[in-house]
Amino acid sequence: MIKKTIFAGFGGQGVLMMGYIYAHAAMNEGFHVTYLPSYGVEVRGGTANCTVAVSDEEIASPIASEPDHLVVMNKPSLFTFQNRVAPGGDIFLNSSIIDARPTRKDVQIHAVPVGDLAERLGNPQVLNIVMMGAFIRKTGLLPPEAFLKGLKHILGERKKAAMEINRKAFAAGYELQT
Amino acid sequence: MQGNRVIGEAAIRAGCRFYAGYPITPQNELTEYMADNMRRAKGGIFIQAESEIAAINMVLGASAAGARAMTSSSSPGISLKQEGISSLAADELPAVIVNIMRGGPGLGNILPSQGDYFQATRGGGHGDYRTIVLAPASVQELADLTMDAFELADRYRNPVIILADGMMGQMMEPVEFHAPPPRRYPECYVLKGMGQGKSKFIRALILDAIRMEEHNWKLYRKYQVIAQKEVRCETFWTDDAEILIVAYGTAARIAKGAIKRSRELGLPVGLIRPITLWPFPTQVLQGFAARVDDFLVFEMNTGQMLEDVQLALGNTARIQFYGRPGGVIPTPAELAKVIAYQLRKK
Repeated sequence: MIKKTIFAGFGGQGVLMMGYIYAHAAMNEGFHVTYLPSYGVEVRGGTANCTVAVSDEEIASPIASEPDHLVVMNKPSLFTFQNRVAPGGDIFLNSSIIDARPTRKDVQIHAVPVGDLAERLGNPQVLNIVMMGAFIRKTGLLPPEAFLKGLKHILGERKKAAMEINRKAFAAGYELQT
Repeated sequence: MQGNRVIGEAAIRAGCRFYAGYPITPQNELTEYMADNMRRAKGGIFIQAESEIAAINMVLGASAAGARAMTSSSSPGISLKQEGISSLAADELPAVIVNIMRGGPGLGNILPSQGDYFQATRGGGHGDYRTIVLAPASVQELADLTMDAFELADRYRNPVIILADGMMGQMMEPVEFHAPPPRRYPECYVLKGMGQGKSKFIRALILDAIRMEEHNWKLYRKYQVIAQKEVRCETFWTDDAEILIVAYGTAARIAKGAIKRSRELGLPVGLIRPITLWPFPTQVLQGFAARVDDFLVFEMNTGQMLEDVQLALGNTARIQFYGRPGGVIPTPAELAKVIAYQLRKK
């Protein structure tokens, strides 16, 4: 089994953080993982993406020619990556700001209003964790506790206070019916 | 852990106590890691030099004084370091130089590339010398080969290049650090300061032609020993292969992905992955050529290792090439198509 995911969106939306926490959590669950970020001339408001591969055997290539899952947080990313998703794969999109829908008919589409949900929680910053709630639920690869444990580890002692709002954000995404 | 940081951590654990560097993408996290962590190593020194050239020459000085020393940069910066690397080789001083390659020539871009193969494996600077070149293909191997690099540098008193690229530097994978063996090296050359034993010279300016020639032959004999003893190579799915891909580093990772895809379609393809680019695994390739007729060299450049494969195999096999230069990361699917095409053509 190998599952590859591309996370993409604006810089500042926590796109790399989503992939990083996911990879970390999967590693702690005993999976082989690779995390490959885009890097370089990225700026806040520019584009960012990362590829995470999770597998129960050694991962040959960390690059995804045909990702199983695609998580897009903005419209340009949807257009850039939608055609690469493997047939039968999943596209998770931030429906709060993406008004377009994928033209693909052979993939499952999960529209998650992460911006609105995060706003309702009183902290628009946690929109990426809302998305991860929906992502972990639908993909079913990791138990939600594993993700939250990874998140807690990465936030660390210094940002302990941030854990509460993140936990709420994760639950909001996880419990969402789409 | 991220590849760049892993190199830093492995170096410190291997006893690296002097690091000088100058920032350049995509290896910045390594310099940053050393700035943060060198101080927790007893006697560790970190210097952000004023230039790449200063950094390599500081490494030369530290090495002459007996420290395990390292510097790192990316392609354009490594070009600047060549004078120092040539001097290190001439002076027979150990040092580890990390090149996290990016697209070139010139300033190029900051994306992963393998365009510096010629520079790394042919010495790079002026004069008749060689450097050992290690090409890791995973974050775990970045850790292991960094530790080995210090060992090899000490054993042969020669600069060792770690040749990776932006993808290796930026990628994160799980990693375990093994305990490195204690440092053993011939201390005879180390300059310890006035009043510390007999006076010694380390110099590469030898004006007398006959003595210079003798120094060259001495270095040559050392390189012969390295070429005999230090070749490293991995093979993957070669047992029944009818076509063999030759690739290193990131390209080898992509090739493994492509091979898995091709094998699912029943295509008999395998991989030879040189881990040491110099010394090159010539004999391993020749061994396979007795059985396999087709080789496909795959690189993220326009064909540099290709020449070493051609030198190794001559007319004994058909050699094809596929490459993407300039910072493009080819996908496994793309290479799988090339494999299928080559096998159809047979």
